[in-house]
Amino acid sequence: MTKFTTEDVHYFANFAKIAFSDQEAEVFSEIISDLVEFGDALKEVDTDNIEPMTHPLQMFNVLREDVPQDVLDRDEMLASVKEHEDGMIKVPNIL
Amino acid sequence: MTLMKKTAAELQALLHNREVSVKEVTEDSFKQIAALDGQVKAFLALTEEEALAKAEALDNSSQESRGPLFGLPIGIKDNIVTKGTVTTCASKMLENFVPVYNATAVEKVNEAGMVSVGKLNMDEFAMGSTTERSAFQTTHNPWNLDCVPGGSSGGSAAAVAAGEVPFSLGTDTGGSVRQPAALCGVVGMKPTYGRVSRNGLIAFASSLDQIGPITRTVEDNALLLNAISGVDHRDSSSSPQQVPDFKSALTGDIKGLRIAVPKEYLGEGIADDVKDKVRASLKVLESLGASIEEVTLPHSKYASPTYYAIATAEASSNLARFDGIRYGYRSENAGNLEEVYTRSRAEGFGTEVKKRILYGTYALSADHHEELYVKAMKVRTLIAQDFASVFENHDVIVGPTSATTAYEIGGVAQNQLTLYANDILTVSVNLAGIPAISIPCGFSNGLPVGLQIIGKHFDEALIYRVAHAFEQATDFHKSTPSLGEGTN
Repeated sequence: MTKFTTEDVHYFANFAKIAFSDQEAEVFSEIISDLVEFGDALKEVDTDNIEPMTHPLQMFNVLREDVPQDVLDRDEMLASVKEHEDGMIKVPNIL
Repeated sequence: MTLMKKTAAELQALLHNREVSVKEVTEDSFKQIAALDGQVKAFLALTEEEALAKAEALDNSSQESRGPLFGLPIGIKDNIVTKGTVTTCASKMLENFVPVYNATAVEKVNEAGMVSVGKLNMDEFAMGSTTERSAFQTTHNPWNLDCVPGGSSGGSAAAVAAGEVPFSLGTDTGGSVRQPAALCGVVGMKPTYGRVSRNGLIAFASSLDQIGPITRTVEDNALLLNAISGVDHRDSSSSPQQVPDFKSALTGDIKGLRIAVPKEYLGEGIADDVKDKVRASLKVLESLGASIEEVTLPHSKYASPTYYAIATAEASSNLARFDGIRYGYRSENAGNLEEVYTRSRAEGFGTEVKKRILYGTYALSADHHEELYVKAMKVRTLIAQDFASVFENHDVIVGPTSATTAYEIGGVAQNQLTLYANDILTVSVNLAGIPAISIPCGFSNGLPVGLQIIGKHFDEALIYRVAHAFEQATDFHKSTPSLGEGTN
């Protein structure tokens, strides 16, 4: 069985931008190990010369003229923001 | 006697003859919700004030301006955005999120004259198959309150089954309209991918998600799909394919149709009582003049791992937008920008969502991308080819919707892999992008059994034709749960 370790949890959580405590990492390492084993079943399928299916239907570009249009109201948008000032979103210090 | 158990045609006749007003119909829906939802827990938010205002406006509107579903109440799954009404995806992450626009499907039901009464519970971000994974409440099955309603559109199915609303919208990524419809004994359609705009549907897995109607009868379902279908310039994946009038497909005639039954759908893992009801349903379809033939979908057994690799990969990407900055939950414990992201997401998402994001991130990582994600996309091709091969010689595919009837709350959730195995009956349809419906086909120990009818791309009309013919030949859709305190 492929083991998904607590180190793996922290490694992939870093990309996913989710904080896990060491205790949570233990729990999730078991859960993800099961899923990895589950996914291993795909290895037995012969997919030589098979094209990957990225989308269920043929896709078309949707284009429009580059004409300015009404956009969503800034005040309405900012109503969903936790902190803002002078029409800009506030976040903690970056530097 | 509640108005909520009448069909669209019956309600519209009453409205047309002015025997009831839209306001009375709307009030009746809220009366049912007040009486029953304490037990069912289908709704997360009610919009009574807005609904009654709209009902009055509709009552005062001219005959000519009335839409095709004039005056009929509807509930909306809480991952479909509604302007001015909180839309949570049943997640702490969006607990206070009030969208600034309506989803296209919501605009369309509004234009059709429907009255939205509120938002319906679901598994968080549509990830689950029991509606136990909502951050706010567990929805109960109206047929047995100790059982799950299925998921993730469990609120949408339970509200219709309980008679709180005659119509609801759900979403189906791996079976999330059809499976709860089956477990709650109502009609749920997953349309062809692209048939209904996904604009305003909070994305889980973009190449699989599709909005679908849930109703008590096939005719009502066809009417609601009529209303919400069609190309939308705001969704590049919506299809320009012409939308036929689905109601006109309800002829009752299925003579000469060739029905395929995959042997994998009546094999190991499917409960005997479910198999019995499905086999009896096949006899009904045969008696109506259709021919039945066993076929094989050889890659079915790989559908669940394929689905989980693709759906979680897409979810890990889609859910990156929930970062605590522009909307949604922001942690109070963050000291710097990085911690705003990591702690907001840690505190805002539930376990199931974190699990899928983590596995999806793994599937997309440089080391595992080829062996898992690309491999799954190739197996997806084979699964779609299996269906295409069967449809060369058959009109529709029929089988069970769910491997079992509804199970006890808390009972199966512990064994996640059992739930994944159950998905084999529904997820293949999403991977191939084809349409499928679930309709009631019997009861076992007082719990409904669902029959699934699967069709070719954009062949919803034929699916409705078969479903309607079966419905007219049986009485299962006429049974309703007897919840004690309602106005049944």
